[in-house]
Amino acid sequence: MFEHGRVGAEALNNILYSVTLRLLDNNGLGSRPTRAEYAVKAVFGILTMEGYLDLIHRILDLMLPFAWARYDFMKDALIAVILFTPVFALLGTAVISKRMAFFSDVLGHSALTGIALGVMFGLADPFWMMFAFMVLLAVGINYFKGITQVPSDTALGVFFAVVVALGILILSRGGGFNKFTGYLIGDILTVSPSQLLCLFSVFVLVIVYWMFFGGSVILASINPVLARTRGINVYLVETGFVIILAVLVAVSIKMVGILLVNSLLILPAAASRNIARNVREYTCWGILISLVSGVAGLILSFYIGTSSGATIVLVSALFYAVTTAMKLRMA
Amino acid sequence: MTSEARRMSSFALSDDTMTNVCAHCCTKIENLSVKFGSHAVLENINLHLNCHELLVLIGPNGAGKTTLLRAISGEIPYSGAVHYLVRSNPVKKPRIGYVPQKLHFDQGAPISVMDLLAMSLSRGPVWLHTRRSIRNNAEMLLKKTASEKLIDRKIGQLSGGELQRVLLAVALTPVPDMLLLDEAVSTVDLKGLQIFYEVVTRLKEEFDISIIMATHDLTGIAPYADRMVLMNRVIVSDGAPRDVLSDKLTLETFRLSL
Repeated sequence: MFEHGRVGAEALNNILYSVTLRLLDNNGLGSRPTRAEYAVKAVFGILTMEGYLDLIHRILDLMLPFAWARYDFMKDALIAVILFTPVFALLGTAVISKRMAFFSDVLGHSALTGIALGVMFGLADPFWMMFAFMVLLAVGINYFKGITQVPSDTALGVFFAVVVALGILILSRGGGFNKFTGYLIGDILTVSPSQLLCLFSVFVLVIVYWMFFGGSVILASINPVLARTRGINVYLVETGFVIILAVLVAVSIKMVGILLVNSLLILPAAASRNIARNVREYTCWGILISLVSGVAGLILSFYIGTSSGATIVLVSALFYAVTTAMKLRMA
Repeated sequence: MTSEARRMSSFALSDDTMTNVCAHCCTKIENLSVKFGSHAVLENINLHLNCHELLVLIGPNGAGKTTLLRAISGEIPYSGAVHYLVRSNPVKKPRIGYVPQKLHFDQGAPISVMDLLAMSLSRGPVWLHTRRSIRNNAEMLLKKTASEKLIDRKIGQLSGGELQRVLLAVALTPVPDMLLLDEAVSTVDLKGLQIFYEVVTRLKEEFDISIIMATHDLTGIAPYADRMVLMNRVIVSDGAPRDVLSDKLTLETFRLSL
């Protein structure tokens, strides 16, 4: 007990030391920051991104004394998983209620075309092109849905075929497609600090949007006319919804891959749908299942040497199977 | 007092003075027409409706009953005018409660009756928690439509009649000036219809609202209706339920004898 406390105190001291060191570095001239400067930095968080990450790494060291958590890349991957799994589950519940599973799949695959366009325009990093293309596509499909009624499976199927074929066509020019297979499968273990920051911003964006408009999106999924008579601007909240969905998928593509990103969205929510009795349970179970499969899948993939994305998806598929059995037993 | 006699005594209206006289509050629909492309769905609809009145719209499938309700609620564009007047002064935007005919929702979705009401009553994050005050409010509303026992059921598991009563409860806040009920008779059993009509009549009396109900259940609704309007793209006949139902045109329209 005593021993444990001493280790804890030592680690805390370590953390404080590293933070202080950062602050001194940031000051530039090497002089000690004044109390006022220190306060300003503490309040506004003018620490470098790496400083924050370092702090989180140290906290994780303290909390997770396991072999797999010794590596910084595993810690970063863990942070990424903890950031994206809950928001995937959150939006996944609405995607299922709105019967948009195929739409989100098309959205995920459209990343290929976005990347291809970026490459065609000679950008060093095609990310922003992919990002813009996906957001535009989501808004576009939502707009056409509004003027022509619900898009049929056939119309979405055509979209799907076109975006994938166009992406492959451009990327395979000169036989260089192999360079881009990484996007298909994704890799959580190579996540960079700037990607984590991006992911964190999206995490906050999704939660804030859902705080204000989640109820409206769900109500509109039950009946748009009913939602409109309740004073909800259905078109605007739905456009907002597809935009944040596109943003989340775009930011996660590099980590989980085009092929599996939709599974991460659908499976935890589908598993939760089997056992939940109301919206709150639906959301809470979804987030829990998503988080547990994310973390368990990541750790498993470390020990059995498999792709993290695929392992996470299989763990959540297991949850789906178990909850389906529970549902059948209850019925 | 029969419903018809009540109408006569409280508003003293006959069919020819109806367009001029307005009781405490009323709705005037003037020359309302709706076109989908070049196809005229509704033509020159003129209706005058007092509050505390249950007007029943009947007509064959495709007669434009649902279209008329959607036009009044402002859901679809129309030509002509809909005025809502209180003591002969026009009110810009009457509060309209709308009960849709069908909900195309995911039947297995874990959305409870409480969730539906919470999302309709507040903009708070229902997925996080629902305030006690909102639950109390929801219970009170459900009681008014005889559906308080359904509060924790999933909406996908309700029968047609139960769902209709829950939707009616949703339409009651804020207390509407006008209720538009689009009835899906095929999904509601006879007993369910009976309960629904009774609840609607009670609400009409309690809140003093105008109610327009589109239905296929000609005979079942007759004892509750104050007025009946037979329409088929245009208004065919308008008057007391007994008169409209015995009208030759009605019989021809539905090819039945009552």
